[in-house]
Amino acid sequence: MFTSFLIKYAEIGVKGKNRYLFEDALVRQIKYALKKCDGEYEVHKSQGRIYVEALGEFDYDDVVDQLGKVFGISGICPVVSVEDEGFEKLCETVIKYIADVYPDRNKTFKVHSRRARKNYPKESMEINAALGEAVLGAYPEMSVDVHEPEILLNIEIREKIHIYSKVIPGPGGMPVGTGGKAMLLLSGGIDSPVAGYMIAKRGVKLDAVYFHAPPYTGERAKQKVIDLARIVSRYTGPIYLHVISFTDIQLYIYDKCPHEELTIIMRRYMMRIAEHIAQETGCLGLITGESIGQVASQTMSSMVATNEVCELPVYRPLIGFDKQEIVEVAEKIGTFETSILPFEDCCTIFVAKHPVTKPSLKVIRRHEHYLDEKIEELVRTALETDELIIVSEEQ
Amino acid sequence: MEVYLDNSATTRVFPEVAELMTKIMCVHYGNPSSLHMKGIEAEQYLIYAKQTFAKILKVEEKEIFFTSGGTEADNLAIMGCAMANNRRGRHLITTQVEHPAVLNTMRHMESMGYRVTYLPVNAYGQISLEELRRQIRQDTILVSIMHTNNEIGVLQPVEEAGELIKRMNPDTLFHVDAVQGFGKAKIYPKKMRIDLLSASGHKIHGPKGVGLLYIEDKVKIQPIVHGGGQQRNIRSGTDNVSGAAGMAKAAELLYTHYEEDAKRLYEYKRYFMEGIRKLEGVWINGLIPGMPDGEGTAPHIVSVSFGGIRSEVLLHALEEDKIYVSAGSACAARKPQPSQTLKAIGIDKNLLESTIRFSFSVYTTREEIDYTLGKLYDKIPILRKYTRKG
Repeated sequence: MFTSFLIKYAEIGVKGKNRYLFEDALVRQIKYALKKCDGEYEVHKSQGRIYVEALGEFDYDDVVDQLGKVFGISGICPVVSVEDEGFEKLCETVIKYIADVYPDRNKTFKVHSRRARKNYPKESMEINAALGEAVLGAYPEMSVDVHEPEILLNIEIREKIHIYSKVIPGPGGMPVGTGGKAMLLLSGGIDSPVAGYMIAKRGVKLDAVYFHAPPYTGERAKQKVIDLARIVSRYTGPIYLHVISFTDIQLYIYDKCPHEELTIIMRRYMMRIAEHIAQETGCLGLITGESIGQVASQTMSSMVATNEVCELPVYRPLIGFDKQEIVEVAEKIGTFETSILPFEDCCTIFVAKHPVTKPSLKVIRRHEHYLDEKIEELVRTALETDELIIVSEEQ
Repeated sequence: MEVYLDNSATTRVFPEVAELMTKIMCVHYGNPSSLHMKGIEAEQYLIYAKQTFAKILKVEEKEIFFTSGGTEADNLAIMGCAMANNRRGRHLITTQVEHPAVLNTMRHMESMGYRVTYLPVNAYGQISLEELRRQIRQDTILVSIMHTNNEIGVLQPVEEAGELIKRMNPDTLFHVDAVQGFGKAKIYPKKMRIDLLSASGHKIHGPKGVGLLYIEDKVKIQPIVHGGGQQRNIRSGTDNVSGAAGMAKAAELLYTHYEEDAKRLYEYKRYFMEGIRKLEGVWINGLIPGMPDGEGTAPHIVSVSFGGIRSEVLLHALEEDKIYVSAGSACAARKPQPSQTLKAIGIDKNLLESTIRFSFSVYTTREEIDYTLGKLYDKIPILRKYTRKG
């Protein structure tokens, strides 16, 4: 029945002179998303709207599912498009439309028509009244409410006539790519994929870095991170995932520094390495899944210590979230099941029983000097052996 | 060098097996139930498979039934017998160290209103025959005991148990899960008073997805899979001709060189254990006291606890040198909880997560064992140095 979709977008509608940039990005993202659906589609802008038109057979559910993952879309309206074959025929079509879309017709409605093709014989007010009457005649159980209708029946008269009333909520946000690029520290846990998702939703393209510590973390742990990146890439498009071998750095810190400070010093080196790759690849910030007080390395004092080593801003979209709130998003975006698979991640393997929760910057800096002899070389080697994996759904 | 020491998880298929299966799948692909030539041709392979196992086990062809694997064979044996004989009683006996295919089927039977006794084991994993004798009652319909433990390789006194069960209650059926033992030991169900015996294809260099259940002709059993009535209506479903023939071919090859292989594997096991004992803070699990060379245990399994090292870490460290082993047992390894068997033999709590299983096959060489020992000597001290501190 439906052959096209009207895409509603909220925020990008108000972007003034840059608006076309946002719209073009949205069109591009929609086209990318639709590649995963069978069939051919035309996506075009017209008069402040974006239309997706199926050019042949297509799977309605697949298309709605894919469009539902495109940031920037606030609503998806499935549209019935018909040729203009006279007003009487239009009434029949609308009556049939209501029968198909609303099995339960005990509802209030309002007809809202727009006559974009001015040579149509009726004016929009007339169309509204006549169609409303026709609907009431067909379905006496329905009633008109012009202020808060349950069904807002849109009729647009253009080359063809378009009928729509349903709005399927989209994810909101802004089209990926309009906000620059940032580097996500991806661990394999529940939080970091959610953090990446939330920043990407603001139009930011994602790269990611994963710290691999063989033999303490296995191939399955790495595969899990790749799988998580792949799930996030359904929303963000392809993700460049940098896999950094971190074992030697970790063991060196273990050898030289007080054990309770291992995690915090380790995280400082992770941030340094992530920032280095970020700057080389044109990222404008780092993203972490930290939330205040969740673990020892995420207290405010600890974050002062980890934040200090970076010049780029560190975005922490989950900073005020409770675990349960994070889990809810993880479940919604589909990363939760993968995140809870029981493989070690490199943050937990050597963690002390009582790691510092209030590290003093002065002390940490002093203890980091214990590493002076070899750490630069180890970091350089880690950067040189960076393994780049391009993760996307199409693999 | 690539060293595969995880043969209790699965084995490499013999080339002769792959060749035979390819021929069956590509040329003699008929359905044995079909009336035409193609069907009859395929049926010949099924007959070959049954004959082969009948000969190896010294049983009748009609007593061999093919399943989708060891797990289904165990399920069919336990559920099928329990349901078919529930008028005689609703009591079942098994051990605490069975494979999950048996343990979880038993738990399912409990939820169906059966009572199940789980026999404890001693520190090296064997049940006590005295305890078994005490537990057999008038209403005991089935006893299920594994032949070879998959995690530590200890052998259960199956022959003595068979004798005992039939003496105590001639109506009690005896099932043996021989998934790890078949191909490694000579097993004669009739002589050992075994009524049902499970085996699996992929543990003996055959294909995955096929197993067998020997069912003594007079045993009353109900199907658990319903359908077209194949295999005397006990196991419906189109016959897995290539799987059955492939498994038979593998068994035939293994039992042709049985004596020399067994001798060599025991030699390697002894040699490997000697090498392991040179390390400090290691324990070999499942050895019978006074038999340090592994007498009374399977020739192919060595379970070692490395104090102070997490098994997952050692596994990955060995993997870096292409040595493939298993932490606990592969079936349990993807779940976070520690292994049933290791708990049941009462090993130190700190060693539960420090246990590695090495399992050999006829492909294993002395060079591979030397290579593995060398890598262990290199790695263990380093891994011990970096651990979680208090």
